[in-house]
Amino acid sequence: MSERLLSVEHLRTWFPVRKGVFKKVVGYVKAVDDISFDLFRGETLGLVGESGCGKSTLGKTILRLSPAREGKVIYHGLDGKDTDILSLQPKEMSFFRQKMQIVFQDPYSSLNPALTIFSSLRDSLARYGVTDEKEQRKIIGDLLEAVNLRPEYMDRYPHEFSGGQRQRIGIARALSVNPEMIICDEAVSALDVSIRAQVLNLLLALKDKMHLTYIFITHDLSVVEYISDRIAVMYLGKIVELAPTKSLYTHQFHPYTQALLSAIPVVDLDAKRKRIVLEGDVPSPVNPPSGCSFHPRCRFCTERCKKETPQLKGYEIDGNMHYVACHLMDKG
Amino acid sequence: MQDEVLVSVKNLKTFFYQSGRCNKAVNGVSFDIKKGKTLCVVGESGCGKSVTASSILQLLPQQARIEKGSEIVYHKDGKDIHIENLERNGKEMRSLRGGDIAMIFQDPMTSLNPVYTIGWQIGEMLQYHSDLTKKERRAKEIELLQAMGIPLAEQRIDEYPFEFSGGMRQRAMIAMAMSCNPKVLIADEPTTALDVTIQAQVFDLILKLKHDYHMSIMLITHDMGVVAELADEVVVMYMGNVVEKGTLDDVFRNPLHPYTRALLKSIPVLGKGREQNLQPIRGVTPDSLHRPPGCQFGPRCDFFKKGVCDGGLPAEKWVSETHMVSCFNHEES
Amino acid sequence: MKHRERVLQAKMDRILEAEEQGTYSKKKRNRVVMRFMNNRLSLVGLVVFAIILLMSIGAPLFTHYDPLKISLKEVLQSPSGKHIFGTDKLGRDVFARVLYGGRISILVGFGSALGAAFIGVVLGTLGGYKGGVFDKCVMRLSEVFMSFPQIILVLLLVSMVGQSMGNLIMIFILTGWGGIYRMTRSKMLSIKQEEYVQALKAFDVNPWLICFKHMLPNALGPILVNITLSTAMFILQEASLSFLGLGVPLQIATWGNVLNAANDLQVLKSYWWLWLPVGIVISLFVLSINFIGDGLRDSSDPSQMG
Repeated sequence: MSERLLSVEHLRTWFPVRKGVFKKVVGYVKAVDDISFDLFRGETLGLVGESGCGKSTLGKTILRLSPAREGKVIYHGLDGKDTDILSLQPKEMSFFRQKMQIVFQDPYSSLNPALTIFSSLRDSLARYGVTDEKEQRKIIGDLLEAVNLRPEYMDRYPHEFSGGQRQRIGIARALSVNPEMIICDEAVSALDVSIRAQVLNLLLALKDKMHLTYIFITHDLSVVEYISDRIAVMYLGKIVELAPTKSLYTHQFHPYTQALLSAIPVVDLDAKRKRIVLEGDVPSPVNPPSGCSFHPRCRFCTERCKKETPQLKGYEIDGNMHYVACHLMDKG
Repeated sequence: MQDEVLVSVKNLKTFFYQSGRCNKAVNGVSFDIKKGKTLCVVGESGCGKSVTASSILQLLPQQARIEKGSEIVYHKDGKDIHIENLERNGKEMRSLRGGDIAMIFQDPMTSLNPVYTIGWQIGEMLQYHSDLTKKERRAKEIELLQAMGIPLAEQRIDEYPFEFSGGMRQRAMIAMAMSCNPKVLIADEPTTALDVTIQAQVFDLILKLKHDYHMSIMLITHDMGVVAELADEVVVMYMGNVVEKGTLDDVFRNPLHPYTRALLKSIPVLGKGREQNLQPIRGVTPDSLHRPPGCQFGPRCDFFKKGVCDGGLPAEKWVSETHMVSCFNHEES
Repeated sequence: MKHRERVLQAKMDRILEAEEQGTYSKKKRNRVVMRFMNNRLSLVGLVVFAIILLMSIGAPLFTHYDPLKISLKEVLQSPSGKHIFGTDKLGRDVFARVLYGGRISILVGFGSALGAAFIGVVLGTLGGYKGGVFDKCVMRLSEVFMSFPQIILVLLLVSMVGQSMGNLIMIFILTGWGGIYRMTRSKMLSIKQEEYVQALKAFDVNPWLICFKHMLPNALGPILVNITLSTAMFILQEASLSFLGLGVPLQIATWGNVLNAANDLQVLKSYWWLWLPVGIVISLFVLSINFIGDGLRDSSDPSQMG
């Protein structure tokens, strides 16, 4: 059992909604609403959900690119020291920023169009001690090779590259400071299907070689199944189910996860599945429904579901910890 | 029993002219849209599938042109209408658009006019293509929204697109497209921008329409899963050419073209998890202005034969009555 | 088919043939420059601008007269072989005054535009990126300067600090920085949301570096256009002020000062050479700058097709 790298405790990120001349706060977009989980070293944790569920915001909040309202993100150092990243002063964050990096979704806006790759990447290296230009060039060259690109590409501009290549440059950038953890925020979603496989395989290879831990954020359930060890399913700012991948795909307990998996069009012609089609739209995170936020669309909804918010509880199933936030689990 | 063919596209070539260069976006594409059947055109970005759809309705930008030798024939009531010869914005073309052949697009936010209500936009279609009075139009608008599964249609008809969610907007667009009972519906990546659960809803709707109105659908997508679920027939495109086409069974159970096979092998299949061996297609899609000689897939193909595959474009070979592949090597692979 | 369509079809046929035979231009051309060159109006503007600018800079090459030299013997002579634009009320050669005057007017216009741009861009970049109290204060300040009717503000300041070229440039900068500040700021706000900026923040890179090395180059397009159009505006402003006698001191030749002679109905009627040539030059110059600015804006706009 590997050790924990990160512990997220009761994290909330609420964005204020302001109306009127005096910009009064009339409500909150509860993008991340009371999320807790552990991230173990060396694992890939998949974070899935549809648009508006808060998965991207969760990733950004962990890196303090979005402001958290309350909660803790505890980093467990290799030296045994535990630090709550959210409570640090901006100056103290510097050390931790090197440990945690991010790869973005949009290959077209994730690189500065006005600078060459070298110019873009060298500043992050300089920030963490590498100031000699020759050394910078060597490191960036090595990084580009690690992502299967030629080192001389560093003097080119982003528009000279394809989407897949840009995404690989983004990965190279994330790797440039030797992080321990990388958050891949929809890193392959904007790529063509055939390029996706290249980048996914690259990520897997790099993980082994450089002892990385990933949080892989996506809405594509087939991709996340391929790359993740464990998967967390999010709905309206909360985690509704969290389990090892195999376990999750064999048996889902939360009705939303069941509907989500059944909604995906499958390439296998012989797969006979009964599709569960959910009624209605995903509600807005400004006014989530009372109690369990999934209850208006849930075919098993009870009175209790309308009033009480279910907590994420762990159940031991087949030797694995399977977390579900659903009242129906109490019945056994 | 031969299925009735509504639209036959023969050797379609659509070229884009820009900065002194000619981009052969669609370079000799042929297929048939049959009555009551769903044809899926599948391929990655840049393969020309969207341009193909736009060409059928002549919805091309100024610098694009349907080249001589292309044929787009719409068979209506025994008559053959050659769309390629119609004036782009002439009376006949405009009455075809929306009236006989309708189209829905990928991003409903940008394809609906934000300053007019949904009801007004549907009404505009009805106004142009039918003789209904204002009252009759309004009734029809409400009926359409209801048929598309939008609740509280009488209220929502006076709302603006921004008050609708993504899935609703797509339904409203489908309502607009269906308002004049088209025989053919062209859907260009209609659910790519939508969530998976909403996508399921929209597909259910499209299937229902197909069933109720016996409508032909041409669905453009890059998602093989969608093809597997909805298609009757499949056309696989790469760099402006059709590399393989046939029924769903033909193409998915017995893919012949190396690109089709590579594509199917490089997609993670739900349920197979880590065990599956994802094999990416090596190389990148070439720039359409710097094309390889001969077969466009050549440089990335494991079965590339020098001297054969870089000579010219491979011809169409019919392996069965329904299954066509365009490859010099198909017997071996 | 209409004529235009026929021309378009023919052009397409030619391109197609070149493509098939491989005779198309293989040079890598800068798209922005290419688009600009295609815009006839901008090209004309560029040519006219260049002619007037070069003639002003190289004034001694085109005339041997001293623009300041008064010659009471040759007052109000109409254009002739000796004086191309005739002479003014004090016998000064008008052509020489127009040529040398161009130097001052263009200097004032361009200098003010650059100065205003410098202040506006620096403040806009910092304000857009940092936000907070600093940004709010500067916004309010810019609003104060912008909501004042500019001419009144200029007159006020002129009466306070006196007339001189330097003072005029300073005044223009003071009243003109607001526009470009707001434009830069809003561009910065939108660039701030781009993912590469977030990535830089994730690397804890120095904010100054982020602002000026990484974000600013992406906003340069509209800023450059703004500078060209501001130059035109300031030249016109200088001309108006000098026409009123409140600009650069009257004896120094500027376009506005030359125009100053025309504040008299008599002059307008009988001595057209005192105001018409300089008026045409000003109009042509300002128009040409506007065409160039439009061309720049159109050619660097990514939404336009080439």
